[in-house]
Amino acid sequence: MSQMIRFILNDDYIESSLHPGTVVLDFLRQDQRLTGTKEGCREGDCGACTVLLGEPGAAGGQVVEYRAVNSCLLPLGDVEGKHLVSIEGVNPSTQVDDTVDALPLTPVQQQLVDHGAIQCGFCTPGFVVSLTGYLLSARRWDNEAAVDAVAGNICRCTGYASIKRAIAELLAQLSGSQDSDESTDNPSSGHLERLVALKVVPEYFLTIPRRLQALTAPGLGDPRSRSRTVVAGGTDLFVQKPEELVESSLSFVSKTAELRQIRVDKKRLILGAGICMEEVKDIPALKDRIPQLVAALPLIASVPIRNRATLGGNIVNASPIGDFTIMLLALGAVLGLKNGKGTREVPLDRFFKGYKKLNKKPGELLAWIALPLEEGFFSFEKVSRRRHLDIASVNSAAWISVRDGRIEKARLSAGGVAPIPLFLARSSDCLTGRPFSEELLEQALTLIHEEISPISDVRGSEQYKRLLLRQLVLAHFFKLFPEKLHPEVWI
Amino acid sequence: MKYSDLDLHTRGQARFVDDLPEPEGLLHAVVLSSPAAHGRIIRLDAGKAVETDGVHAVLTADDIPGANEIGTLVADEPLLAEETVHFIGQPVALILADSERQARAALPRIDLEIDELPALVDPREAKARGELIVPPRTFCLGDVEATWKECDLVVEGTVDSGAQEHLYLETQGSLALPGERGTVRVISSTQRPTGVQRVIARLLGLAMHQVEVEVTRLGGAFGGKEDQATAWAALAALGAVIRKAPVKLVLHRQEDMIFTGKRHPYTSDFRIGLNYGGRILAYEVDFYQNAGAAADLSPAILERTLFHCTGSYFVPNVKATAYCCRTNLLPNTAFRGFGGPQGMFVIEAALFKAAVALGMSPAEIQEKNLLEEGDTFPYGMTARGCSAPVCWQEAKSRYDYKETLKRVEEFNTSHVLEKKGLAFMPVCFGISFTNAVLNQGGALVHVYSDGSVSVSTGAVEMGQGVKYKILEVAARVFSIDRKRVKVESTSTLRVANTSPTAASTGTDLNGKATELACRAILERLKGVAAGELGEEDPAKVEILEERIFYDGEKTKLMWEHLIPRVYSRRVNLSAQAHYATPGIHFDKATEKGEPFSYHAYGTAICEVTLDCLRGTYEVDAVRVVHDLGPSLAPDVDLGQAEGGIVQGIGWLTLEEVLYSDQGRLLTGTLSTYKVPDIYHTPRELEVHFLERGENPFGVFNSKAIGEPPFMYGIGVFFALLGAIKAFRPGIDVPITAPLTPERVLMTLYGNRLAELKGLGVENPTGV
Repeated sequence: MSQMIRFILNDDYIESSLHPGTVVLDFLRQDQRLTGTKEGCREGDCGACTVLLGEPGAAGGQVVEYRAVNSCLLPLGDVEGKHLVSIEGVNPSTQVDDTVDALPLTPVQQQLVDHGAIQCGFCTPGFVVSLTGYLLSARRWDNEAAVDAVAGNICRCTGYASIKRAIAELLAQLSGSQDSDESTDNPSSGHLERLVALKVVPEYFLTIPRRLQALTAPGLGDPRSRSRTVVAGGTDLFVQKPEELVESSLSFVSKTAELRQIRVDKKRLILGAGICMEEVKDIPALKDRIPQLVAALPLIASVPIRNRATLGGNIVNASPIGDFTIMLLALGAVLGLKNGKGTREVPLDRFFKGYKKLNKKPGELLAWIALPLEEGFFSFEKVSRRRHLDIASVNSAAWISVRDGRIEKARLSAGGVAPIPLFLARSSDCLTGRPFSEELLEQALTLIHEEISPISDVRGSEQYKRLLLRQLVLAHFFKLFPEKLHPEVWI
Repeated sequence: MKYSDLDLHTRGQARFVDDLPEPEGLLHAVVLSSPAAHGRIIRLDAGKAVETDGVHAVLTADDIPGANEIGTLVADEPLLAEETVHFIGQPVALILADSERQARAALPRIDLEIDELPALVDPREAKARGELIVPPRTFCLGDVEATWKECDLVVEGTVDSGAQEHLYLETQGSLALPGERGTVRVISSTQRPTGVQRVIARLLGLAMHQVEVEVTRLGGAFGGKEDQATAWAALAALGAVIRKAPVKLVLHRQEDMIFTGKRHPYTSDFRIGLNYGGRILAYEVDFYQNAGAAADLSPAILERTLFHCTGSYFVPNVKATAYCCRTNLLPNTAFRGFGGPQGMFVIEAALFKAAVALGMSPAEIQEKNLLEEGDTFPYGMTARGCSAPVCWQEAKSRYDYKETLKRVEEFNTSHVLEKKGLAFMPVCFGISFTNAVLNQGGALVHVYSDGSVSVSTGAVEMGQGVKYKILEVAARVFSIDRKRVKVESTSTLRVANTSPTAASTGTDLNGKATELACRAILERLKGVAAGELGEEDPAKVEILEERIFYDGEKTKLMWEHLIPRVYSRRVNLSAQAHYATPGIHFDKATEKGEPFSYHAYGTAICEVTLDCLRGTYEVDAVRVVHDLGPSLAPDVDLGQAEGGIVQGIGWLTLEEVLYSDQGRLLTGTLSTYKVPDIYHTPRELEVHFLERGENPFGVFNSKAIGEPPFMYGIGVFFALLGAIKAFRPGIDVPITAPLTPERVLMTLYGNRLAELKGLGVENPTGV
């Protein structure tokens, strides 16, 4: 357990003997006494502790990819071989405390100041880091995505209006240094140089790719070995049992390149279980084939959580309301479970045996998720108290293929209405192979209510969840058959 | 904004309590709290916990040397529970250890056994059982009873508004440092340093001069650190004095949510009488305030509910009664608006229901009954400088209400599953502490011999920009570069007997005191300047942008040269000043008086779109005209308005505090309690300030801005009800806030579940 964790923190090389399960927030604030990173909630719901994590990516590690993540849910072990940037590293002049007035702010910092987008200031470092992370990671800057980049940052003072103004002005200012629309496409190469020239990040960032390459990661164990707790994104694990994890033997999914592969095989798209949610939006096959899925991503968690949370983690976590799992159920996903000997395939709708009970044997690791590449219509619906970064009261997905007015195949799923993420088998069957009509939809809806067993809790009463699921399934069909459904009939 | 601390915040260099360098030998404290809402403590044994690694001590009520009492208005709240517990989260013991982790590890090793007693969570039940914290209060104007029969229409109803978690981003925290002879210095995240000082002195059996409380800044407060920061400061101080070591106590978010009180939930009954023309003739209302287990500030909050029970309207006959109900929930506390929003919400609900019954639009009734100059409030005060009508009219024309209404109606005609709603929300909010004693402020100003200026006041910076406004006051009075002025932390050593920074009065009280102190120094400077210039009359000396003028003529003398001369002449370059708001009084025997120095006025027009399929909604726009007077800092004031509006929208739409029947908080995490994020905001948020008028009670005629805008959010609630009515014209809508997507959908469909196709239920109640 005394293995050293090596990485770069801001401009400094670090060797830490802390337990790999120590969260980075505690490492920064307690061990390093870097207190610019704030503790707001310790559950990834406020963004006050946001840091950047840079990982060697494209061009054989010549380019470091930066992502904003919540340091309260980030285990130190997963920082190994990476570049960790706290607010103090975004603008290193911060280290010269006495002459602070004389030193320039970065454009991100300056715009927040100029627009009075700061009141009590406790959330401010998080906003600065999130926006800086956005500028680093986005290949094309646009206002909507920049706003989404701070959607995981809670500010209780400003009402966000001044923050929105600051963001708009920031993008106008930075893009203003270019002539045409086309050049707002930021190619990987030269992107960092440009940000350094714009003073968005300090010069030492340019030295990081070389310095990271010099760090050879020893790897903290094979995730398949039995004695260890496997950590994927950790975004739920570190909310549930942080104390336990500081004492457990951990292995990290991110260390296994195989778990992050994407490939197409026999008309199936095969996604490594270690792929994080935010990467999903850049997978060409998904963008082209299921654009509705990519469009629904902002409804799931927040950018810093999506930057960590993995597809496999979402499934294995077995939350009855996991958004991505619900989508995958409707998409007909098949899981690849690996152990030392080989791979076993299990359809996702047969993976959940009961509340948090999985069709997964000891020693097996979820390695990949296969999606059939079929032509069809996909829809995802979710209602939560707050539209973004909130757990759904009920969510639902539908995948339907139609030929000549007849439903060829239908797969419906729903979350929050059973102990498991539920594949709505009977209602899906009922729809399959029949011409669509309002009567058919009514039959399917009626069946759904026999398939589900919601309970009353903080996310809503049982009655509400039943009603809401009906509404969400209706919503799928209003999207699919706008001419064949008469709203008056259903209200 | 250049001279405030905004740049420090962007660099992560601004220090909050938990960011301060840790002194040597620091002990970390964690609190063991009651797991039961009501009960008797049978056993409290910390033996095993004390033996845990790194633990220095476990303190209980027995260890308190002085009075175990933290109540401000009523002495009914012990710091640490003695024989009984009255709410879940009530502090029972304090663990002190070398590290926070060690302290937490010891928590489950304290043996606490409680014999549980029945818990009371419903305020109406509490009232029925006579569980009132203070006797009920009734405000009367005219004669309600005699008027009902003259009304063409009388409408009754019940209105519920929910609690609201402050969710200041910085949790409660304190660092206590023991001094010589048993004294203690506490750095606390409090809005009320003097109150903390008083409680700690009483708790430890010290004189107030043996306790210093200092505040640099708060990471948000909103009222949640007015009374409820005290316990954590007092616990840290107790630990520090007993163990003779520095002690830090910073709550985790979930502890903060479970341990600290929130905005009071209210349930209220109203009866309103009008004539066919829509004129309000009589209004009767009973407020049941769920105070929780201890008084805290509830009686004062209750009073403000009564002060604002008629909102922005003139009502000739009023009878308003309020009950402060003791339950076994957390002691609820101050939150932006301080009971005012709860009072205003009910009259708006009454007008909405009355409008439905009369077949008029709510806006028509609202406009007809708006306060005018000279109207009498139920508490006997007369509306002066009343800008309710002018704000209303300005909003109507500036935001082209007619056109908006037309657009909304057209939208509703052409859409089946989506409906828009539109509502006005006029706000009239009284400025001053309703407890007259608190309307005083103090300042201590030093001009150093190099010309730099240091200002200390009783005001606490919590993001509302008071430091910046104080700086502005000093710089304006002296007419010097703002760079020369520094506003200091708030310390009970420098400014004594301060009032909490609350009730939107921080700038008015402390800014006025700063103005007085600076003017006192300025007079002395003028005397010396006249002498330096070889002139006779100090009254002809003026300082303009650092330069000394005499009789309107520019001289060569500058500030930076003048100040050392003043020092050499042994003239005092420091001044302390005190300001007390004149004319404020209130007689609780008659419930009449002049409790406010002035009122803040404004009007919002709110527009929403409701998705009638999913029960979700968007706030399209909140457009406001607010009478602010000449602003000391327009950016700061705009920020206060925008932030208040969104917080108000949060209270009424999204933020739902849920308790179990046994008084257990079910929404004690950020994953279950949601506040507005950047998306849950009006797509268009426009605030126009009127800069008219004089205000002798504000610095340089400015007006308070902290609380009033919060109540514009109420308009969003009624816009949503409007949209619901557009979808289901016939239904009777319950007035229950917050209007979550669940409440919306159940309101839209709840009474016709059996008729809905495909819900699979014959008998919905049997589901």
